[in-house]
Amino acid sequence: MEYTAPQTTKDAVAILAQAKGSAHVLAGGSDLLVRMKGGFIEPDLVVDIKRIKNLHQIKHNANSIMIGAAVSCAQMGANKRLKKAWPGVVEAANLIGSDQIQGRCTIAGNLCNASPAADSVPALIAAGARVKIAGPKGRRTLAAEKVAVAPGKTCLRKGEIVEYIELPKRVARSADAYLRFIPRTEMDIAVVSAGVNLTLDRKGVITKARVALGAVAPTALLVKAAAKAIIGSSLDEQALEKLALACSAACRPIDDKRGTVEYRTEVAAVLAQRAAKIAYSRAGGK
Amino acid sequence: MTYDTQFTGQTFKSVGTRPLRPDGIDKVTGRARYGADYNLPGQLTGLILRSPHAHARIKKIDTRKAEKLKGVKAVITSTDLPDLTDGDSELFDILDNCMARKKVFYDGHAVAAVAAIDAKTARAALKLIKVDYQVLSHVTDVDEATKPKAPLLHRNCFTEGIEPKPAKASNIASRSEFGHGDVEVGFEQADVVVERNFKTEQTHQGYIEPHACVASFGPDGSAEMWVCTQGHFTFRQQCAALLGMPLSKLRVTSTEIGGGFGGKTHIWAEPVALALSRKANRPVKLVMSREEVFRASGPTSATSIDIKIGVKKDGTITAADAVLRYSNGPYPGVWAMLGAMTSFACYDLKNVRTVGLEVLVNRPKTTAYRAPSAPMAAFAVESMVDELADKIGMDPVAFRIKNAAKEGTKSSYGPVYGPIGIGPTLEAARKHPHMKAKLGKNQGRGMACGFWFNFGGQTCADLNIAVDGSVTLTVGTIDVGGARASLALVAAEELGIDYDDVKAVVGDTASLGHNDMTDGSRGTFSSSMAAIMAARNAIEELKNRAAKMWEIPVKNVIWEDGHAKAKGRGKKYAKLAPLSLADIAAETPNTGGPIAGYSELVADGAGVSFATHICDVEVDPETGRTQVVRYTVIQDAGKAVHPTYVEGQYQGGAAQGIGWALNEEYIYGADGRLQNPGFLDYRIPVCSDLPMIDTQILEIPNPNHPYGVRGVGETSIVPPLAAIANAVSDAVDVRMTHVPMSAPRILKALKTEH
Amino acid sequence: MSQLVSTIINNDSVEFACEAHETLLEVLRDRLGLTGAKEGCGTGDCGACSVILDGALVCSCLVLGAEAQDRNIETVEGMADGAKLHPLQTKFLEHAALQCGICTPGFLIAAKALLTNNPDPTEEEIRYALAGNLCRCTGYDKIVRAVQDAAKQMRRA
Repeated sequence: MEYTAPQTTKDAVAILAQAKGSAHVLAGGSDLLVRMKGGFIEPDLVVDIKRIKNLHQIKHNANSIMIGAAVSCAQMGANKRLKKAWPGVVEAANLIGSDQIQGRCTIAGNLCNASPAADSVPALIAAGARVKIAGPKGRRTLAAEKVAVAPGKTCLRKGEIVEYIELPKRVARSADAYLRFIPRTEMDIAVVSAGVNLTLDRKGVITKARVALGAVAPTALLVKAAAKAIIGSSLDEQALEKLALACSAACRPIDDKRGTVEYRTEVAAVLAQRAAKIAYSRAGGK
Repeated sequence: MTYDTQFTGQTFKSVGTRPLRPDGIDKVTGRARYGADYNLPGQLTGLILRSPHAHARIKKIDTRKAEKLKGVKAVITSTDLPDLTDGDSELFDILDNCMARKKVFYDGHAVAAVAAIDAKTARAALKLIKVDYQVLSHVTDVDEATKPKAPLLHRNCFTEGIEPKPAKASNIASRSEFGHGDVEVGFEQADVVVERNFKTEQTHQGYIEPHACVASFGPDGSAEMWVCTQGHFTFRQQCAALLGMPLSKLRVTSTEIGGGFGGKTHIWAEPVALALSRKANRPVKLVMSREEVFRASGPTSATSIDIKIGVKKDGTITAADAVLRYSNGPYPGVWAMLGAMTSFACYDLKNVRTVGLEVLVNRPKTTAYRAPSAPMAAFAVESMVDELADKIGMDPVAFRIKNAAKEGTKSSYGPVYGPIGIGPTLEAARKHPHMKAKLGKNQGRGMACGFWFNFGGQTCADLNIAVDGSVTLTVGTIDVGGARASLALVAAEELGIDYDDVKAVVGDTASLGHNDMTDGSRGTFSSSMAAIMAARNAIEELKNRAAKMWEIPVKNVIWEDGHAKAKGRGKKYAKLAPLSLADIAAETPNTGGPIAGYSELVADGAGVSFATHICDVEVDPETGRTQVVRYTVIQDAGKAVHPTYVEGQYQGGAAQGIGWALNEEYIYGADGRLQNPGFLDYRIPVCSDLPMIDTQILEIPNPNHPYGVRGVGETSIVPPLAAIANAVSDAVDVRMTHVPMSAPRILKALKTEH
Repeated sequence: MSQLVSTIINNDSVEFACEAHETLLEVLRDRLGLTGAKEGCGTGDCGACSVILDGALVCSCLVLGAEAQDRNIETVEGMADGAKLHPLQTKFLEHAALQCGICTPGFLIAAKALLTNNPDPTEEEIRYALAGNLCRCTGYDKIVRAVQDAAKQMRRA
């Protein structure tokens, strides 16, 4: 195996594009090194992107917030402006692993690892995050929900790397929330999770919503029917009931060591309701 | 042996204090050396190839390619560990588990091993070994394995303990039965009879340090090994037998041990490391990965337990009956038997019967895990005891007090109890403020009792007095969590000197006679007994030397408060000021040379141990998630030598029990492979999962120990499963009969019962 | 392929050569003789290998040795100031916050990282900050108390 730590995105892309054999991008390494340890992958080349300076930044632009691919989740948690604008996204990012993992792991890595149970992904999808990709043929942008195509698989082509995750500017009377179920209080992978992002009008009626679920399908799901169930409501009991039904209906989970179909389907609805209530309250709804 | 009990109730000077442990500095500075921290010159890296199948016949192993790989110094299979067990089936099973012979019996079973110049080369070599398997049908579930059509692990397994011998082979290796009276008569006398099946899943001890050893085998046929173990003498005995070498030619040094809980009482990789070293003629270091630890070492039994108990309306238990099926892995053990013996040990019963069935399954060999087999039986019994108390409208503590065993009770497993702590722990629970504290929404309270036998066994201690009056106490039991401090306290107490003047160390196998392992909560119990005897032995010599120094007959010398005192009349005696241990030690070069005391004994009379736990939980009714919000342990210690470490044992056992109760389990796929061999999905409690764990130490002296000490290490894991089940039942009104009470199981139970 | 790496460990300049696939934990233990960091899992789930890397608490099993170039690494071996133990080390001993001690180096490092960022943590904050460190012996009670006590002492200092 070879290790290289280029200084620029351009170099990283060039190295990856020319690489023979299996080449992997190293951001936080909290997934990559585990897979190496388990013998699931034996990379010929590891390209460490942490020496690329601008990928370490969280940039607050006029219309969006750009989070560099090498920004650790701990850095996100320490960024007050980001936390205020996207509390759900930051909560999700900060739920990934322990403090030790937080010091290393990145949301770009979380996204590219393409686990159906990735914590930050439903929150990013609910937020309407866009993924800025650099490659040998230039740059392109994808919606967060488009990156993973199957467990462990992304649509990234050879030589492509994620440079930034872009979150929209936070508009008035809107907020997000993310909840997951884990058996312990920490150190677990989500058995099921839900991210909700809402915008209210002045009367507290939901005008826009995005609801995403994790660990209930091969990739994290954007559940449009769930959003529809609460748009136009003030999140009353009836709307919450419809939200729950829509979420459960969208679930296509599997039975595995972490949970059952039955459990995931039921608890997805519970978490979506709870996350919606938190987001609603954060957005100023009463 | 019986001791006079003059020490019981005596006031202690050192025992019962809480000094810093002698090995502490090394452990907080990173200097302490554990199994994987030892290295030898020219050392090779050993790795083991393991079966990917739950059950398969080994048709052929081709190691030629691996042997040819550059940097590979030895490749071994079962032919390099030939069968020297001479009809000893127990030893043969150990050998077969360490290196599979005709068949592999579980996912992770060792089939070959390599030693190479580095880990990378060793890993490459493993991939070059070709094993030709004939895959056989398998069974991993304990109940499935007992069915008539279940795949058979051993065609020659006919259940022992049944007369006449069964005509058909099965996976039930043996049956054991305990009890007295007539349960059928007892059930007829009962007003309420409840009968249920309880299941518990397999758990692992979960020590943080994986198994590790360095073996160095010389061309002269002698060898040394450094290993993290709970019993280096036993490891030596078993390894020497498997390798066909005299005991004296194998010297084993125990490293610091990073947790064992019973899991390091069995050998796995050690004979393999020795065989590799023998073949390569170089030292070999073999360290298991975490995945190997889960797949191939350690776990306790999965169980299926039928319980039936009858009570009168006044709260008297009239009969208790249990059938306990415990998974043993592929080799017969005594796990169901221990479950059968412990199930009803807390109670004074007229009619009781317990039947244990040892069930063979395609899972790793079952290993001792802290009070082995007792927690599962206690889960079933104590859950039902709670249910019965509820059915007859009696307070669960009062119900237990009414039926509790006491001095003179004939236990359900045979012996008659001496002074015991079950009644006192229950009384303490009844009075504990925890019992009266207010509960919040979705919260519930449960309590449960637990029992463990405790064990004594073969033990040695040497006590050497240096010329400056400082003392080295060498013991042969492994210190798993602070025992050196306790043993130094005991020696200081007996000699009448300061704790700081005694250094306790664990000797290697060349420095002492045989010592049994640190298991059965025996470390402090038995080695303190040996230390006391060694100190008394040394005191005799100290008195001799004092007599010599004073030129008086030794019969006129007594030992008191750490000093030799002359007892006699006349001017001569009046002038003889007491001699301290240091005074006498300073003169040893001139009075006959160094002074040492020693003791070799069988520490009989380990007093049985009882505990009562109280637990509050909060259950989320929408997700089934359970959080322990308050926990109290009350346990009899006999005499707490170092109370802080006694508390630590209580807290640690409770925490392991909480993990077992809520989240820990081995999950096997339909293919018979373990799906969660890591700390991510084998979920031991993390810091944020637990509340503070309150402890209350009771001291009901053990009459068989000079200071009244009982073992304290194991009992604390026995009550938690039931205490939590009872608390869950109180919180959300469902009776959980399957451990772990994971969120999906609780939510399902809520759906079904409500 | 071998990598030549210059780094700082416990304030000492250190150079080492390692293969690209080797983790920082392997380098510390097998190449530099710093065996205070332990491998309990190798997958970032137990925290026994915790070190501080440029001020961030990390599992050294999830860092490549090659990544250490020009970084600053703190391990348990560097916690005491000569014969003077760090207050956390003292309090761990006083409270018997260790039984077998294998997890202790990781806990000490994680607790140090916590108290650097948060000198007066609540019990809950301590418990969550230490959730990445597994202890199987103590039930965490005495560990949490030791950290609370050390924090108190360090605030007074």
